[in-house]
Formats: sequence, C-alpha cells, structure tokens
Amino acid sequence: MSGAALIIKNLSAGYHGSQALQNVSFSVNPGEYLGICGPNGSGKSTLVKVILGLLPPDSGEITLLGTPQLSFKAWQRIGYLPQGLQFFNPHFPATVDEVIRLGRLAGKSFPKRFNQEDTRAVERTMEWMGIAHIRGSMIGELSGGLRQRVLLARALVNDPELLVLDEPTTALDPETRESFYKLIFEMNREKKTTVLLVTHDSATIGKYASHLLYLDKKVIFCGNFDDFCNSTEMTGLFGEHGQHLVCHRH
Amino acid sequence: MNIAEMLSYGFMQRALIGGSLIAILCSVLGVFLVLRRLSLIGDGLSHVTFGSVALALFFRLHSFYMTLAIIPVVLACAMGILKLAQKARIYGDAAIGIVSALGIATGVMLASVAGGFNVDLFSYLFGNILSISTSELIIAAVLFAIVIAGVGIFYNDLFASTFDEELAKSSGINTDRINAILVLLTALTVVLAMKVVGIMLISALLILPAASALQLAKGFRTAICCAAAIGVCTVVSGISLSFVMNLPTGATIVLINFLTFVCAFAARPLFRRR
Repeated sequence: MSGAALIIKNLSAGYHGSQALQNVSFSVNPGEYLGICGPNGSGKSTLVKVILGLLPPDSGEITLLGTPQLSFKAWQRIGYLPQGLQFFNPHFPATVDEVIRLGRLAGKSFPKRFNQEDTRAVERTMEWMGIAHIRGSMIGELSGGLRQRVLLARALVNDPELLVLDEPTTALDPETRESFYKLIFEMNREKKTTVLLVTHDSATIGKYASHLLYLDKKVIFCGNFDDFCNSTEMTGLFGEHGQHLVCHRH
Repeated sequence: MNIAEMLSYGFMQRALIGGSLIAILCSVLGVFLVLRRLSLIGDGLSHVTFGSVALALFFRLHSFYMTLAIIPVVLACAMGILKLAQKARIYGDAAIGIVSALGIATGVMLASVAGGFNVDLFSYLFGNILSISTSELIIAAVLFAIVIAGVGIFYNDLFASTFDEELAKSSGINTDRINAILVLLTALTVVLAMKVVGIMLISALLILPAASALQLAKGFRTAICCAAAIGVCTVVSGISLSFVMNLPTGATIVLINFLTFVCAFAARPLFRRR
C-alpha cells in the first residue's frame, strides 16, 4: 500500500453543503487501469476534482504518488484530461503546438520558461500521438475527436505516472472513441502508466480496465475487474444480462 | 504640414511616445481580457478612475501627483472586484457593475459638493494626450516597464489560465494569484490610458486592438504581437490625424481603431484560409 500511486482515506466532499462523496476509501497501485463508474450524481467527477486539488475535500486524506496531496507539488507526474474545456472558445488563437506546450508548465519553478527539452518533449508526443502534421493548426478549427487527442497529448507531454481521464470521449463518435481508448490502453501496457478513467460507458471498462471502482456517493465495489464479474454486486447493478455487456472482454 | 514639422513640436513627440507606450499596454492586456470575457473590466475601472480623479480634484492635487494618488485607489477597487466575485457568490460582470457604479456615484457626488470642477474633469473624461508633460511621460514610462515586466514574467501562466482555468489549476498554477495580477496590471494601465483617450473611451483601447488582432492571428504569441502593432499604429495615426485636422484626439483614435477592426473582420477569411 505504501508504494501505491493513489491512496484515498475516508474522503468526504461536496458543493455548498451537499455531500457528493461520503467516506470514500480506496487505493490504486502503479500500472493499474482503474475504471470509475456509477450513476449520474454518484460523485465521479467530484472525486476527480478532489484528487487533482481543484476542489477542497470536507474531510479525509489523499496521497498522490507517495506524497500527501496538500504538500504535493510535482504536478508534471500527473496528466489530466477533462470531458472538454471549461468555457471553450472556438476562436481561441492557440495552435496545437502551443496547447501541448502548456502541459510542460506543470512542475516548473518561477519564472516559468520553456527550453529545448520542452520543445523535444512536445515533438516526441505529437509524433507518438500521430498529430505532428497539425502542429500549426488552430485548436478551435479541429474536429471534436482531434481536439481531444490534442488535449490528451497535452496531458501526456510530461510522460505522467498517473493519468486521470474524466469522461474524455463523451462528445466523440463511436469510431473515434474506440481508437481513443485503444491509445490509452496501449500507453497503460507499454509505459505502465497508471490510468484512472471515469466513464458512463460500462462496456469500455469491461474491455480495457484491469480494476473497477463503482461509486454511488460511497464505494459500492472496488477491486479486480474479474472479481467484480463474479460478484453479487455485478448482478445487482447491471442485471442478469449484464454479464455479457460489461464483463465480456474482446 | 509635413511629418517633419509635426514631429518638431515637443508636445507631439511626448504625445507619440506616451501614446505608443500606453497603446502597447492596452493591446497586450486586452488580448487576455477579451479572451477571458473580462473586456468590461476596463470600463468598470475607468469609472472608478473617474471617482478617484474627482476625489483628487476635490483636494486640488496637481496633475503630476494626481496620477500617483489615484493609482492605489484604482488598485484597491480592482482587488475589490475580484474579491466581490469570489466571496459574494456573484459573477464577475455583476461585481464590475457594482464597483463601476460606486466610482461614478462618488465622482458625481464630489463634483456636486465642490460645485463643479469646470474644464479639469472634462479633460479627464475625454483625454488629452497632446497635453502630456515630461514628468507625466516619465510616470508613463515607469508604469509601462512595470506592466510589461509583469506580463513578461507571468506570460505562460497568464496564457494557461486564459486558455482554460481548470486545466491551468491541474498543472499546479495558482490561478487566483494570476487573476489578481492580471486585474492589477489592468488597473495600472487604465490609469495611464486615461490621459490618451479619456475615462469614457478607455475600454475601446483595451478591446478594439485585441479584437482586431484576434480576427487575423494564428497563434497566441502572434495575437499578442499583432494587437500591440495595431494599437501603436492606430494611436500614432489617431494623434497625427487629430493634430492635422484639429479633431478630438481620443475620439479619433477610437474611430480609427473601429475602422481597423472592420477591415480585420472583412479580411478574416483570407487570413484563416492560409
């Protein structure tokens, strides 16, 4: 447990007095691919925001890559991809190259300046993601799928040890969604990056995740995916026919 | 009158230098403000400046000391806008509206109590860059250096926060601090810009060069440079034209900026097709 990528202990959090998470505890080991699912309002996105320090918890402890979150400064070790940009302006004048480069700001000390190593890291990531040919394109002029790919590149430009994805494919068509998940799976396999994936798509979790966290404000299930498939929780949550839908690995 | 003759006047030299410095500041900050939907903060702070100028005139301060005296007041009000938006559970536009109304009301009240300020207050409302003195130009140069250094030092954090605040926070950027820096730098710039276009038209100098640049630029750094170039060109041509044709300088600068925006908007398809 001490070498865990993420440890959450007795975490409670919420907005304006209403609790979205109640006494949540779990841990994620390095290299694991944890799928986080649950119904609407179950606290999935709140959990992500608290882990990333975007929302202060009401109580509980978070340990990120061995360091208590309150004193955690090495944000370059964590990559984050949200569902979409908060207030995306399609006319924002940033190129793909500039957006990916922003990812390199994490962990830099004052005054934050880019160097040649940053340029090399951006180039390397663009090549690996197959988006080097659009480096000069404006972010707002890209399709939804390509834009998410660019934001994923931004999240990966530091070769993070922990990658947090909050419903990253909601706005994508099925084909783009599939290639997106394959890319993340490949990265988890090849680079041993720990992945936390929040999704509504239970079939996706079945295909790619090694572990599952089922939330409904509290932890309903947390553990190995195969254990989940043989558990009574699985039948209770997804019904008798859920076995094929959720647990069938292609 | 030829250009050499126009430039031989000391007041024109000071006006062109001071105007260019202020144009660069307004245009650069304007890109961040426009993209963050904070364009009207310039308007709000200019109304606060109006109240501060009225206060300074009430105490009969010399114009040199006036600029120095109103800076802390405008900076405090800028922080007030931020704190109101954060603590009072209201959006930024409402906070700007509250502080802006307070500035105007204070100004009108002081003018009324003092029995009117004659032409002085009027010159601050509509600006008169041609009357900028050497000491005011020195203040402008110092503030220019402070604001440009601030933008330069925090450029990447400002860019990241402007692109997406949540992503910036997830990278460990203290976005509250960056927002405060942006608003304080804007407050300093507004105090300076008062001399060029006047309190009533400051927001135009913050918004129009940036809006024009955003029609044409591909890339964030290009947008900043393009906005600064447009700002300088429009202010220099506005000052020159107003001098030659005996027109009000502030209004001429704003109208030239508007024409530039119309041209940039029309040319946008050509630039975006590249």
